[in-house]
Amino acid sequence: MSLFAGIDIGSLSTEAVIIDQQAAMVAAVILPTEAHSTKAAETALEAALEQAGARRPELARIVATGYGRVSVPFAHKAVTEITCHGAGAHHLFPGTGTVIDIGGQDSKVIRLGPGGKVVDFTMNDKCAAGTGRFLEVMAAKLGAGLDELGPLSRAARREVAISSVCTVFAESEVVSLVARNEPREDIIRGLHRAIVNRVWSMVRAVGVEGQVTMTGGVAKNSGVVELLEEKVGQPINVYREPQIVGALGAALLARDQARALG
Amino acid sequence: MSFAAAMRYRFMKDLGAPALMAARRAMRKKRPSRPDPLFGPPLKSLARLKEIMMRHYFLARYAPGAHPVAWVTSGAPVELLRVFGFYTFYPENHGAMCGAAHMAPELCQAAEDHGYSQDLCSYARCDLGHYFTGKSPAGQLPKPDLLFASNNICQTVTYWFKALAHYYDIPLILFDTPFNFDQITESDLRYMAGQLEEMITPLQRISGVKFDQAKFLASLELGRATSETWGQVLQTMRHRPSPLTIFDTFFHMAPVVSLRGLPVAYDYYQTLLEELRDRVARGIGAVKLERKRLMWDNIAMWYKVRDFSNLFAEHGMNFVVATYTNAWAETIQYLDPDDPFRSLAKTYSLVILNNNLDHRLSLMERLIADYQVDGLVIHSARSCKPYSVGQYDLKRLLMERLAIPSVVIEADITDSRAYSEEQTRTRLEAFFEALED
Repeated sequence: MSLFAGIDIGSLSTEAVIIDQQAAMVAAVILPTEAHSTKAAETALEAALEQAGARRPELARIVATGYGRVSVPFAHKAVTEITCHGAGAHHLFPGTGTVIDIGGQDSKVIRLGPGGKVVDFTMNDKCAAGTGRFLEVMAAKLGAGLDELGPLSRAARREVAISSVCTVFAESEVVSLVARNEPREDIIRGLHRAIVNRVWSMVRAVGVEGQVTMTGGVAKNSGVVELLEEKVGQPINVYREPQIVGALGAALLARDQARALG
Repeated sequence: MSFAAAMRYRFMKDLGAPALMAARRAMRKKRPSRPDPLFGPPLKSLARLKEIMMRHYFLARYAPGAHPVAWVTSGAPVELLRVFGFYTFYPENHGAMCGAAHMAPELCQAAEDHGYSQDLCSYARCDLGHYFTGKSPAGQLPKPDLLFASNNICQTVTYWFKALAHYYDIPLILFDTPFNFDQITESDLRYMAGQLEEMITPLQRISGVKFDQAKFLASLELGRATSETWGQVLQTMRHRPSPLTIFDTFFHMAPVVSLRGLPVAYDYYQTLLEELRDRVARGIGAVKLERKRLMWDNIAMWYKVRDFSNLFAEHGMNFVVATYTNAWAETIQYLDPDDPFRSLAKTYSLVILNNNLDHRLSLMERLIADYQVDGLVIHSARSCKPYSVGQYDLKRLLMERLAIPSVVIEADITDSRAYSEEQTRTRLEAFFEALED
């Protein structure tokens, strides 16, 4: 049996996905990237192989993506995360025209054409404002777990205004809000609003077309998704494990490439 | 002007410069040339270009005292200065040189240490950094007697040159060109032509040379012919394969920018044009495998020209047009010897950066069609606000109207501290992937 692997080495986490000839997912793992890209890719792939109960020679082709994509010596090809998120989102939700990916350290909005091909994209990669890292810092400040942010935000009765998505400035804003005894839920909702407003300007730059799919770790935060749906004016597709969409896309491309090569 | 300085300049011009060029030629012959896997054979004209620019910078050192020296902005109507025999020097051209020589971060830092903001144009910071440290890749710059600026390219030059006027304690002449929001008006033209006429008196005083209408017309004609020929050079790139890459033109543009209105620039472009037409006739491309044709928007990233040149060629992509290089040919048809001051004003005030976004959009649409462009690379330059503002709207509109793929890279013209290699690579690779059929 021929299998295909995709590995997405991101700034905070590394994902590996293995699919079979029919594009069925046989393994998916998420691990922290830590300090060494090659090691992270190796560890994630080994874990995925174990999960699939497969051995390395069964992998017909491996595609690497993410910031660490060039540091995977055993990958047959490196493809950018933009193309991979597009391919993954298109596979999971074929009606997808716009992909919003908010990862650990950057965010991007991708417009897809027919067949999931990237038509246009825009990125915020200059700073981690309004990304997963931003939420991690804020959650720690407010004594909440990352996975609690969504439910807490949705339980908010009001919303406080946060003027900055700069992690450093927003943190000091949160400090003063805490000092004023503003409810934690309202602060969290305000933080989510700030993220959504920032992403929204990127969404507008490439335009909304067809269905909207959100990928990346922040898509797990139902608070952000809800506010974003409000802005977009339509429901947003979120896969049950949005962090692996890039790696899935890479695996799908590995399968396509293997076919093209015969 | 001093007799000794004039004699020294004469000596350097007649003997020093030719000796330097001969030494360079002798050195060059020793290097063997190998056929390049990515690029067509190098242009013969390139050696001549290097000589012209080297001679210009070399003689600049001996110009003070022998000639009145003016520092000029890239968009200023220099044709007028030629009448008075000014030796002209272009801080923007020097800034590009600082960028290419990877000296910009050091010079910019020097300007920042003196309180200039990191958000100030890096050409200005390089230039001011040179003022504070005396450092330059060109060795020594000629001390100016006059500063000549036009705000048709940005407002920054006004304040940058005001700072220079203060430091050097010399006069600044500013050609003020109202921004063209819609159509150029009669009162705008009158206002601008009036300024050009008013400049004659101070220019006579500073140079000690009398204005001469016949000389002025001759200089205008030379400037016009130079820009026109530059335009024809660029038009050779409409051919498939293009005989030039935009990275070549970033260097070949030096004479039209900084030697405009002098015979040497015109003669150079005649030679270059002839060589390019021969290449077109023989089907020689600058990039061996030209699969996709691209357009560049904004000023070059001078510290990355070589790397980008290789990177794009490796992917079979060639930049065949740029809004930037086109700027020195775009408006030259307005020049009219029967109405010299008004037409000069019109020529210089309708340049891309002094014109509205609708104009830019239709210009880009026209260039995309004329040059059969498959994709667009937009450099959002931290230095150049007038060029970078509106780029996201232009990108979106071009996508809507022509379905042309594009990518934005956020960087700077010379200050490589504002450039991130990894992030830019990711964007460019994604763009390459999207361009593949």
